[in-house]
Amino acid sequence: MSQDTENIIDHVKLFRQPEYTNLFDNKKQNFEGGHPDEKVAEIGEWTKTWEYREKNFARQALTVNPAKACQPLGAIFAAVGFESTMPFVHGSQGCVAYFRSHFSRHFKEPSSAVSSSMTEDAAVFGGLNNMVDGLANTYNLYQPKMIAVSTTCMAEVIGDDLDSFIKNAKAKGSVPEEFSVPFAHTPSFVGSHITGYDNMMKGILTHFWEEQARKENGKINLIGGFDGYSVGNLREIKRVAGLMDADVTLLGDNSDVWDTPTDGEFRMYDGGTPLEAAKAALNAKATILMQQFGTEKTTAYLADKGQETVVLNYPVGVSATDKLVMAFSRLSGKSIPTELEKERGRLVDAMADSQAHIHGKRFALYGDPDMVYGLAAFLLELGAEPAHILATNGNKAWAAKVQELLDSSPYGKDCQVYAGKDLWHMRSLLFTEPVDFLIGNTYGKYLERDTGTPLIRMGFPIFDRHHHHRSPTWGYQGSLNVLVKILDKIFDEMDKDTNIPGKSDYSYDIIR
Amino acid sequence: MSLDAKASNKELIDEVLSVYPEKGAKKRAKHLNVYEEGKPDCGVKSNIKSLPGVMTIRGCAYAGSKGVVWGPIKDMIHISHGPVGCGQYSWASRRNYFIGVTGVNAYGTMQFTSDFQEKDIVFGGDKKLDKLIDEVEGLFPLNKGMSIQSECPIGLIGDDIEAIARKKSKQYEDKTIVPVRCEGFRGVSQSLGHHIANDSIRDWVFDKVEGKFKEFEGTPYDVAIIGDYNIGGDAWSSRILLEEMGLRVIAQWSGDGTLAELEKTPKAKLNVLHCYRSMNYISRYMEEKYGVPWVEYNFFGPTKIEASLREIASHFDDTIKEGAERVIAKHRAMADTVIAKYKSRLEGKKVMLYVGGLRPRHVVGAYEDLGMEIVGTGYEFGHNDDYQRTTHYVKDGTLIYDDVTSFELEKFVEKVRPDLVGSGIKEKYVFQKMGVPFRQMHSWDYSGPYHGYDGFAIFARDMDMAINSPVWGLTQAPWAK
Repeated sequence: MSQDTENIIDHVKLFRQPEYTNLFDNKKQNFEGGHPDEKVAEIGEWTKTWEYREKNFARQALTVNPAKACQPLGAIFAAVGFESTMPFVHGSQGCVAYFRSHFSRHFKEPSSAVSSSMTEDAAVFGGLNNMVDGLANTYNLYQPKMIAVSTTCMAEVIGDDLDSFIKNAKAKGSVPEEFSVPFAHTPSFVGSHITGYDNMMKGILTHFWEEQARKENGKINLIGGFDGYSVGNLREIKRVAGLMDADVTLLGDNSDVWDTPTDGEFRMYDGGTPLEAAKAALNAKATILMQQFGTEKTTAYLADKGQETVVLNYPVGVSATDKLVMAFSRLSGKSIPTELEKERGRLVDAMADSQAHIHGKRFALYGDPDMVYGLAAFLLELGAEPAHILATNGNKAWAAKVQELLDSSPYGKDCQVYAGKDLWHMRSLLFTEPVDFLIGNTYGKYLERDTGTPLIRMGFPIFDRHHHHRSPTWGYQGSLNVLVKILDKIFDEMDKDTNIPGKSDYSYDIIR
Repeated sequence: MSLDAKASNKELIDEVLSVYPEKGAKKRAKHLNVYEEGKPDCGVKSNIKSLPGVMTIRGCAYAGSKGVVWGPIKDMIHISHGPVGCGQYSWASRRNYFIGVTGVNAYGTMQFTSDFQEKDIVFGGDKKLDKLIDEVEGLFPLNKGMSIQSECPIGLIGDDIEAIARKKSKQYEDKTIVPVRCEGFRGVSQSLGHHIANDSIRDWVFDKVEGKFKEFEGTPYDVAIIGDYNIGGDAWSSRILLEEMGLRVIAQWSGDGTLAELEKTPKAKLNVLHCYRSMNYISRYMEEKYGVPWVEYNFFGPTKIEASLREIASHFDDTIKEGAERVIAKHRAMADTVIAKYKSRLEGKKVMLYVGGLRPRHVVGAYEDLGMEIVGTGYEFGHNDDYQRTTHYVKDGTLIYDDVTSFELEKFVEKVRPDLVGSGIKEKYVFQKMGVPFRQMHSWDYSGPYHGYDGFAIFARDMDMAINSPVWGLTQAPWAK
């Protein structure tokens, strides 16, 4: 069958036409040299067993489908949250192409960053010349107000020293002496993207704060951490802070640069923490950090500078948001407004309305440590069981904290936390100890396909659904969004499960 | 193109160069030009190091090897050897379609990595790799082989992945285990990665199976598709035409490909080469070593498809030549209807392209079939032979930009104001913000296939929906007009 001009079909339908399915059969039978179908089926079944799970969990060297990326990605995430800042990654150039693509695929937005494009000669002689020329080129072409330098593993392995390189470049006139070039070493063989965020945030604050005397004022800083929902969440936090009349400085506010309008103008930079505000943030009385495990070094630095630090674990759900709001109130000395109390009440109202559909449902979830912690806590509030809780970039302290959370609720009794495991481990968990729903990023769709566990998309990256990053997941309002997302999937699945006419459609209820 | 347009393109080049520091301007000047009819190439230098700090759009050798050449071989496990990032960012993002049971007998959309930690950098990663291969064997017993895709640190810390590959191959009944030295700092772009990957097939696949060809029952009509990565199914909508004309396709390189197909390829009567840039190396090698001739072809748009089918057929007897005419006749009506429907909507529209190593020239014909005009084009990682070949496609006065920087491309588009830009994901949203319609020409913007007759229909539909979307009429608020 040839294409019908009035109904042109693409890959979704085209390759199901008989001429193509015949082509596939012929290719497979005659040229691919594959294993017999029975063998493939047999091994496929074997991968679902407890025996396979044990073998899978005994892995020591191999990582399969991890849910983490590398440090410089997080460094860029932090850097673009500052006014007119160009992230500059020192090392091989391919990394930057990958980072930019990764962010563009998630946010559906441009994502600007430059590389110092080091090659073999730089591997031998070091990348100083690349830094000198690179900073000059970036400064002239892209006219940033700040260039935030991080590193790829290449530069780290050969031991390039950013501090001295940047000083050298300034001495050679690449950028003016007073121009801000904060930096952070971000080796990709240590930690993950959240470590890179932490390092760069600390690097930028260090740049502005060192040699500055602190004079405490009444302001509050807030640091969001690496978060796929930063566009929605940071805006939501600004709204809540506004309701509270709290004087809050967001450090690393990338909510505008990753959500610019289509109006005829490309904005390479938009919004972001003003550099003056970043500088003045030293004087704040306290900093609220929304993601404990994603900002550990920054937290220590803030404490060292004499600020109070309030550390949260991704404030989704009632209690976690209460904690945030109360922290705002205590630190600002302002009382919590009726408007917010009402928002809280509306969230609880929605939970009460729908709890019967979530209560007792078992969930598997994975993602960055704090998001997963926050979601697990919210699920427990809903009477659901976060049965398998996994973070590839979660450490022992994280696992202990999640365990504490599980121990605090009767619904956490049969739940398990897995630090440092990947999505191939998760696959075994879902086969051997099935759950009702899976919460995770786009890559969770492979688990959904293989194990039949319906996927609720939450986390980073989300490549295959659009625009959810614009809606918050934090605060009472954000929690409501998360609740609706979960409920929609529950109802969709219930409908799918009951829609056979004359067989199961008595339960295909119009009212649920 | 008029003298005016030519002059204004030249002015535009001077204008962007004026913003660079002196050293940068001097270097970039060699990569920007205006095509002069009759010249043997496009008047630009290429395959040269990118300047630091300019926002090159290029990637690296690892991307060229793992992402392009090796990654699509579906029944082998490709290990991203080093830290976690490279494998993560390239995980399933290139749309190399394949058929197989993922995780059981096919692995194309999985990310296998040695996830290097600090201790692996300090003490070396060879022991970890050794153990990792055991674990792959234990958990994925139906794999037909492995490739070890080196990330930057491997070459810097002096690991001996070749020794591990040999050792483990012996241990597992002569299994094909291919070490690939595609560290990202090698070369200037993806391009060296293609070459290194080609060479690794030569050294670790061909050399290994020599003498084992005997059992292969050939026919006079055996061909191999080389350099089609089956983006959105491109290789399938190409293969179907070759089969319809009577040829037997014994291998696909590398979209939806298998190790067995790679191993058979030296028995082909003709290698048909789509992506010249990424696989000319192995094609030349097969010609020298096994006497397999190769021919370049272009399956974008009916004009080029017809010419290509005839060109391919010219290497065979009348059965195939007649077959080619039959295929052309069979599909012409559909192609004409597509053109009839879309040409009126697209006629005269101006297009600027910036893609990898093939499409900046190869897709020109398809646009022209729809009455569209290419006013600017350039390669991320083309070489001089690509710019020579480009002269057969572009018109006098076309703006040419090699390894364009984001700054330059933005300025060019701003000034030229084409009706469509075709480039990659990093560029897409920049131009859409500017109100310029855009299609991704690496991934087909999640559509495709674009190859072959079936693909051309989809291509036409997609270009029309990009350019004629009502959304572009809404970018200006009525009160701001």
